[in-house]
Amino acid sequence: MSVLIFAEAEKRTFKKVGFEVASYGRALADQLNVKLIAVAINTEDVHALAKYGVDHIVQIDTVALENFSAHNYAKALAAVAKNQNAKTVVLSSTANARYLAPLLSVALEASYASNVVALPVSLDPFVVKRSCFTNKAFNHTTLSGAINLIGLASNSYGIHEKTSQPEIVSFSVDVEQDLVQTQSIEKVTGKVSIADADIVVSGGRGLKGPENWHLIEDLATTLGAATACSKPVSDMGWRPHSEHVGQPENRSLLTSTLLLVFLAPFNTLLGSMLLRLRW
Amino acid sequence: MNVLVCISNVPDTTSKINFVENDTQFDTNGVQFIINPNDEFGLTRAIWLQQQQQAEVTVLTVGDASCEAILRKCLAIGAQKAIRIDALPTDGFAVAQEIAAHCKNESYDLIITGRESIDYNGGMVGGILAGLLGMGYVTNCIGLTISGDTASLSREIDGGKENLSAALPLVIGAQKGLVEEDDLIIPNMRGIMQARQKPLTVLPSQNLTPKTTISKFEKPQPKGAVKLIAEDQLDQLIELLHSEAKVI
Repeated sequence: MSVLIFAEAEKRTFKKVGFEVASYGRALADQLNVKLIAVAINTEDVHALAKYGVDHIVQIDTVALENFSAHNYAKALAAVAKNQNAKTVVLSSTANARYLAPLLSVALEASYASNVVALPVSLDPFVVKRSCFTNKAFNHTTLSGAINLIGLASNSYGIHEKTSQPEIVSFSVDVEQDLVQTQSIEKVTGKVSIADADIVVSGGRGLKGPENWHLIEDLATTLGAATACSKPVSDMGWRPHSEHVGQPENRSLLTSTLLLVFLAPFNTLLGSMLLRLRW
Repeated sequence: MNVLVCISNVPDTTSKINFVENDTQFDTNGVQFIINPNDEFGLTRAIWLQQQQQAEVTVLTVGDASCEAILRKCLAIGAQKAIRIDALPTDGFAVAQEIAAHCKNESYDLIITGRESIDYNGGMVGGILAGLLGMGYVTNCIGLTISGDTASLSREIDGGKENLSAALPLVIGAQKGLVEEDDLIIPNMRGIMQARQKPLTVLPSQNLTPKTTISKFEKPQPKGAVKLIAEDQLDQLIELLHSEAKVI
């Protein structure tokens, strides 16, 4: 019996959510008195997980999984979960994790609860608290599968260090031709994503036009923050929909972040702005 | 081309969220139900496929008779057929299994679900359905064009978008961006009248055992106070960012 986590990486480096999932997995494994196993796919420094209490790291390194494939990632995680006799599997709530989780639940015939915001309310029966009604409420969900799959809401548990000396093993998987093929990825590089941000700087129509957005970006760069926008701004196409701060996936990310919101009227100088702070 | 659009019956986005029966049930008193917004983006895209590529559009929901008003609205928007599977949607996995049981007897080229419903926010029905049917799956779908038996798609990812291709049949999870809010179709009187004559078939449930059950609801704690800083108090802002938020 074990708890299995998927520590997500980008450009061969663990993402912040990978450490949060590891922290959560450690606490859950302690509650269940079982080992914590992490799966790392195409990641260079797997030892980074030793800071978060992982007992065992399953390393999958293959060119065939260089591009994210929900089908093949789910297949790989299912193979490891079966191999390691995992009864609980924990994923994050990134776009990719939410994409692969339902496929993984089918592969494992697992009960699946997304948007989980805390450690289980009860272990027997296995009850988790999750957000619903677009963050206007929570519910207590009982998972009754032989294997339970949890999607941990971002920033809901936090990162907690606990040093361990994990055993590292390599694992090979059969990669199939995915029915869905990636053609290209258009991604803003060198910017902090909302998922990874501790601070978010958000602007609205008061900026007058997309040509003034550099003011938001400059401040975000100075603070090491992500940028976001209001709904009208994304509706008008000034910024991509993914930056709309009020959409459910982004709202759930803001539970433990500082949000700076620039209210209209917005002129060109920082000193002339009315700022609203919330944390 | 046969297109199936899976519809969820959800509370209006402005509804007050309250619970009854010792916080074990959602209080539907005074709540207006609507087509799940993510599903409606998908339905509009399907109607465009009907108008441009002669697709036949069927809508389906899993629910009791109270969901039929929503299905009639979908028919008024332009869907040709409606199906209701007579089961309470207690669990996302069970809902996907109910839909999959129907789809195995049909030949849909494209199945559209919403990325997630705005009530239970499970975000799982499309993916589980694709897994059960062995079909390709793309969620967070913000772009779709179909040429022959191949689809070109765009998917919203963290910090950008991914462009993909896939062979039909395919399951997609629709969201805003697949069409815009201004593109959503408001039924006209002719559509509403025609909808009354269109077929709405009720199918029996598979009587599945759900993998998850909800035992209790609770509402979140009130949010913390917002700090407003006037435009001429820049020093106060800097001080708060430095000493309280500790970000500079």
